[in-house]
Parts: sequence; C-alpha cells; structure tokens
Amino acid sequence: MSIQARFHHQQGDFLLDVDLTLPSVGISVIYGPSGCGKTTLLRLIAGLEHCNTGYFSNGRSRWQDKSLFLPTHERALGYVFQEASLFAHLSVSDNIHYGLKRATKRAQILSLDKIIYLLGINELLGRQVQTLSGGERQRVAIARALAAQPELLLMDEPLAAIDIQRKQEILPYLQKLHSQLQIPVIYVTHSLSEAAQLADKLVVMDKGRITGVGNISEMLTRLDLGSAGLGGQPEQISMIPARVSSIDQTYETCCLTFAGGQFTLASSAMNIGDNVRLQIRADDVSLSLERAKTSSILNIFPAKVLEIVPERSSQVLIKLAIGKSLLLSRISTKSVALLQLKADSSVFVQIKSAALLN
Amino acid sequence: MFSEADLTALLITLKLAGLTTLILLLIGTPLAWWLARSQWRFKFLLEAVLALPLVLPPTVLGFYLLIALGPKGPVGGLVEAMGGTAPTFSFTGLVIGSVLYSMPFVVQPLQNAFAAIGTRPLEVAATLGASKIDRFFTIALPLARPGFLTASVLGFAHTLGEFGVVLMIGGNIPGKTQVVSIAIYDHVEQLNYGQAHSLSIALLIFSFVLLVAVYGFNRNTNFSLIKT
Repeated sequence: MSIQARFHHQQGDFLLDVDLTLPSVGISVIYGPSGCGKTTLLRLIAGLEHCNTGYFSNGRSRWQDKSLFLPTHERALGYVFQEASLFAHLSVSDNIHYGLKRATKRAQILSLDKIIYLLGINELLGRQVQTLSGGERQRVAIARALAAQPELLLMDEPLAAIDIQRKQEILPYLQKLHSQLQIPVIYVTHSLSEAAQLADKLVVMDKGRITGVGNISEMLTRLDLGSAGLGGQPEQISMIPARVSSIDQTYETCCLTFAGGQFTLASSAMNIGDNVRLQIRADDVSLSLERAKTSSILNIFPAKVLEIVPERSSQVLIKLAIGKSLLLSRISTKSVALLQLKADSSVFVQIKSAALLN
Repeated sequence: MFSEADLTALLITLKLAGLTTLILLLIGTPLAWWLARSQWRFKFLLEAVLALPLVLPPTVLGFYLLIALGPKGPVGGLVEAMGGTAPTFSFTGLVIGSVLYSMPFVVQPLQNAFAAIGTRPLEVAATLGASKIDRFFTIALPLARPGFLTASVLGFAHTLGEFGVVLMIGGNIPGKTQVVSIAIYDHVEQLNYGQAHSLSIALLIFSFVLLVAVYGFNRNTNFSLIKT
C-alpha cells in the first residue's frame, strides 16, 4: 500500500512536474524553499487545484486519473492550512463538529474524545474562536481536520504563522499524533528542524521538481542535493533515532542507545523505553584522530568518514557513520589538512551538545 | 392625523418596499454570489448594466419601462397576447420598476459581503466534506450576514423614497399606485402643507428608527451602510 502522486501542472510561468510514491504510514515531510511548489502540490492532492494531467491514489482509493476527478469534498482527507482558518461564525465545538457531521460515510478512525484528548483542547470547546491564541487556533484546526475522519492528513506549514515560543507548545502535540495516528500524513515545511523532529520520509523539492526522497536520517546527511536543497543551508543538522535505556539519578543524566553506541545527555522528564530523536548541529560535532581521555565532552564515538564536501573555501562538511547512524560535522578546511582526513579515515567524533526531541 | 387616502398611500408604500426587498433578496443573492466568484471576462459589462440605476435619472428608467411594459411594448404586448393585462399603471408594474431601480442597492452590498469572505473558508469546508451547495448555506450565507442586513435596509429605504420611476410607470392612481412620496408632492401642489407635513414626518421618523436599529445592532462592529 502506498500513496501515488503524479502531476504535470502549468501555472503561468511555473511548471510543477512531480512523480512521487510515499508510504501509507508515518509522516512524509515535503521540504523546500518558498516558491518551490510545495503548497501547490498539496493543493493538487486535495483537488483544490485542477490539473488535467494528474494521477493520485491513496492506498486503494483513487482520487484522480485520466478520466476521474473527485471534487475535494469527496476525497477522504484532512487539510490543515497555514493560518488556522477557523469558521468565525461558529464556536470551537461547532467548528470541530462541522467535519464530524459530514464524515458519517467515512470509516471512523479516531473518536471525538480521542481527538480532543490528543490535542488537549477540552477547555477550549465552549469558547468563541476569536478568543483563542494562535497556537490554540491551530490545535483546534488540526482537531477539526481529524474529526472529518480523513484517510490522509495534509498539513501546509501549520506552524509557520506561529511564533517560536508557541511552536514549542504545539510540536509535542504533533509528535503525539505521530505515534497515535494510523493514517499517513503529508507535511509541508521550509524548516529543517521541524522536518528533523517529525519526518519519517523526507521529500526535497526545488523549482517544481522533486530533487530527493528518502528516510529522514539519510536525507539530512545527503550532501549532493545542491544549494537549493539541503546543501548550503546555514543550519546543517543530523538526526539520530535513539531509545532511553537508563537514567542516572546521581548526575541527572540519561543514557540513550542508538545504532552505533550509547549517548549520555542531561535527563529531562524521560522514561526508560521512550523513543527519542537526537538532533545534532553540524557545528557541534568536532573530530579527532585519538580518543580524548581527559575531555569534558561526554559523547565521543569512533566513526568513519564517508564523504567530504567543501562548503566555502574555509569550511567543509563531513558525513560520518557511527555504526549505522549518520552524522554531519562542519569543520575548517585547515583542520582537514592537519588531520589528513579523507574518505574512509577512522576518526573520533566529539558531540558537544544535542537537542532531544521525543 | 392621516386622511384615509394618506393611510392607503402609506400602506401601498410599505407593501411595495417590503415586496421589492424580498424579491431582490431572492434574485440578488445568487446573482451577487455569482458576481463575487465568477472569473468570466465580460463580467464587467453585466456589472455596469446592474449599476445603471445608480446614475440614471429615474425618469429615464421609468420612461423605458413604460414603453417596454405597455400594451404595445415587447413585455406588455406578450403578456396581453397571453391573455393578461399589461403591468403599466398597476401595483405589479410598480414592483417591477422598483426591483430594477433598487437592484444595485441590494446586489452590491451582498457582492461585497461575499467577496470579503474570500475563498479560504469555503476551501476549508470542502476539505471537511461539504458540497458546493452545503458550503453556500453553512459558510457563505452566515458569514455574509452583515451584508444581508445592509442590503435589506438599503433596498427597503431606497424603494421607500422612490418618485420618478413610480410616477412614470404607475401614474398616480390613489388607492392603487399612489405612494407616499407622490402623495406628499400632491399635497404640496395643493398647498395642503399640514398633510404633507404629517406624511413627511412619518417617513422621517420611520427611516430614522430603521437606521438606529441597524446601527445599534452593529454597534460593536465596524459597520457602514455605504461601502465603496
């Protein structure tokens, strides 16, 4: 079972030409600079944009092909827009019921109670939408989309219109959805950090075309995607999935097992067995030829250099493998020369800090 | 205070304005919806035609209606051929004239209200499983509610004050086509200032109360009857 999307869509000077297969589970993030056609692709999938030469199917249900074009309201989808776009004439509860009432023909995927619980909106139900904060609005919008019992959830930069502080309030809800939702999600963003936190699959788009598709950890460390893709981004990050294996009460640290070793981190409210994502900035990873025995850095791992790509004349990006986990490091060109680094060199990576995402 | 004839004129006026407003809301709503959403390249031509009563002298509109609706005109002739009576000099004729004359005062506020909603709420409703007709009734109409209020008030009040069109097409038949504005004119002509005054003050108070109600109802919103 998979999602198949093929569109050849001319819009003025802009041509969107996409042939994409996505898994029927998990979150697929479409990432690219603004104007690359991410939103148009999402609108084509929803049928909000007409495209004569298009094909789309989600699992067994076909929404569009040569002789078929299902109107949007007949496609079993949920759509979360960049601005929450709640109906101003309805209360929070009525907004949510709007989709629920019209979903009687669709198989129930999530009960209303579960949706309200997952998005933490129980206290908001009686309110008027005008009284909600930006973050609350977007949570209600997501709940409303889910109440329509979609078989596919489309999200168009749902956090873009919200300030950074509120983003951190909403992300946990999205992550909770990630683990609870049985339906596939296509999530559009231009934030690599959001992608690292949420994505299973990453699709990179540029100028109306898809320049790369793959699992998030691999894609984040791909160095061949050009300056408009992942390369050339000021913030280069890699992501390593891990599991909490033990918690040390004395030093308030926890131990995270990943494919390649064990990571030590100051423990936040973590439980043993939790699945987490470690987000590591390339600038926080330094390399040495020998294991530093007297370093304050706790996380030092043996690794292999896979690829070295010059970024500017003074800096390079290095792709490394710690066991099966992939990692990026950004160091100076001079260091590369001093350490005589090349592909296949064995090194030790020192990770200064990592952000923990659950 | 009012003579029998004056009361009849008042009644006819209210009936005319009420009926005209009702008909205009029924015709004007789908028309305004279409105007607000259509991408048709010659839409501007239709918009110009609909706006004509805003600038046209009422007597000109009345004159052409008189010709068209008369027993020898294209519309009136057809009605007579089918066994009916031509609508000139009748209440029906007044209604037809008023509907055309007050059309822009109803259609334009509605069109503005529909346009102000934008496409987003309708797109959202579509993604939530609402069909076209469902979206119109559950999203577009409720969101355009202030526009409906404006349209009703302007349509009603404008018909109330009509003079030229009514005079041309309806004549001035007391008890049949004589409306208040014409009755006032008649009284003044005959130097019956007292009776003219009674009718005038009645219309003045009525109009004022209507507007007070509308503005009071909308006092918390940035409401304006005339939007350009």
